[in-house]
Amino acid sequence: MASAFPEGFEALDPFVDWAIPTEKARYAKRISSTMDELDAFYDVAFPLLKSGTAYLEKTPMEGISEPDKRLLWLFCSLVTVAFSVEAWRQPRVPDSGASSIDAVLEPTV
Amino acid sequence: MAHFKKPEEGSWTEHLKVDTEPVSYADSTSPEHYELEREAIFKRTWLNVGRVEQLPRKGSYFTKELDAARTSVIVVRGTDGEVRAFHNVCRHRGNKLVWNDFPREETSGVCRQFTCKYHAWRYDLDGKLAFVQQEGEFFDLDKSDYGLKQVRAEVWEGFIFVNLDTENTTPLREYLGELAKGIEGYPFHKLTQVHKYRAEIGSNWKLFIDAFAEFYHAPILHSGQYTPDQARRIAKYGYEGLHYDIDGPHSMVSSWGGIAPPHDREMVKPIEAALRSGLFGPWDAPDIGMTTEELPPAINPTRDPRWGMDSFVFFPNFMLLVWRPNWVLTYHYWPTSYNTHIFEGTCYFVPPKNAFERLQQELAAVSFKEYGLQDGNTLEATQTMLESGTVDRFPLNDQEVLLRHLHRSAEEHVREHQRRTSGAPAAS
Repeated sequence: MASAFPEGFEALDPFVDWAIPTEKARYAKRISSTMDELDAFYDVAFPLLKSGTAYLEKTPMEGISEPDKRLLWLFCSLVTVAFSVEAWRQPRVPDSGASSIDAVLEPTV
Repeated sequence: MAHFKKPEEGSWTEHLKVDTEPVSYADSTSPEHYELEREAIFKRTWLNVGRVEQLPRKGSYFTKELDAARTSVIVVRGTDGEVRAFHNVCRHRGNKLVWNDFPREETSGVCRQFTCKYHAWRYDLDGKLAFVQQEGEFFDLDKSDYGLKQVRAEVWEGFIFVNLDTENTTPLREYLGELAKGIEGYPFHKLTQVHKYRAEIGSNWKLFIDAFAEFYHAPILHSGQYTPDQARRIAKYGYEGLHYDIDGPHSMVSSWGGIAPPHDREMVKPIEAALRSGLFGPWDAPDIGMTTEELPPAINPTRDPRWGMDSFVFFPNFMLLVWRPNWVLTYHYWPTSYNTHIFEGTCYFVPPKNAFERLQQELAAVSFKEYGLQDGNTLEATQTMLESGTVDRFPLNDQEVLLRHLHRSAEEHVREHQRRTSGAPAAS
């Protein structure tokens, strides 16, 4: 089966459910995941972000393709997951209790 | 130990002629006082409700809920291109004119006329009553008597403000004063990539402004982002502003930091190093047509090479943060009761050219949200204990001068309003 992602990023296929178009939904998936799940995603995606920098820099936003869009959304998820993995060591922001800050307007891609 | 030079008086607080006594916060815990603030502040001052980019063409509109001023307004671009605002109320039976699904939620769109859901009365974009259903059933109805109630609306540097006070004739630019004048010319119109966040906060509106008008808290509350060693170092270093200023009820703090890339790479998390971005914004500043040195004079007013960001408070509830790597953050605090408010945080970036730049901006926006969540919840903890009334004298330090100024400005508006309405000096 063809990869959901551009060439060179096939290793992300098991994590395609992190290719989520909105920040609110990305954050919701993060806080409903376990740290093991977040670590597993991070461990695969983070090295690909580093090695994929040149590719991302050469990918214009105008007329972005579907596989590139999915890749971008997945890396947006990596951005939000990185806080849990690198800083908080828990899915939620520490001491944030029931409070929430919701994205109400964001770029469509 | 002072890292930055203070004014001759020895402190910013004394320099700016603000008192140094402990404060009580009684103005943040009382429903009665909040009612006074609604009348004295939110019904009488210029309020920033949005930006011109939200009204891209003729007939573009958005609504803004102004609970503190007991109204909702429609802001619309007319057929002549002018931005106007109206109370969002139908002149027939008082129904809210523009809303979708939930009457208390804000909405936006494009239209040629506003049509009331109730009996289909229609209004032109300039507020004139254009159509009355079964007009002949009414008694001597003159449509020109029943246009929408207009609200004063003016635009400063693309920011749309309304003023609900029909007697207040101070133009917006005069109200915003010298600090705003010194910002004019900043290319806000180039920063059209918007990430907007909203939160319901369990505290008085002024307490959240307090939290963002000082950075004394930053090395402590947000220490979790660093390794324990780094956190200790940063806490020891503490925080000092480069410069503080006050003009009427408005104020600003100029801050170091946000220099990209950070000098100390050890402080940088892996995702920040990979994306060359973080809380202070993408490290690679996009072209905005001017260099840091060429920024308008009120931005980085001391022209300090260590400058990272300026934070302006435009009274009562609009904060504008201009960051060195050419992006802007705004905060708005919309009271809904004496101990609750809606917080809005909006990031403005130059539109990204490629997927990498898009991710750099995502990291900056999400960083703001992560730390904002910590701030927001801390405020609820503060509010509940202030309301306990067990302590009513709180010392504020020199880095917290803008907090004193905010509360004092709010208090002065309330006193002035009481003088105006009672004709006699009011007890505080």
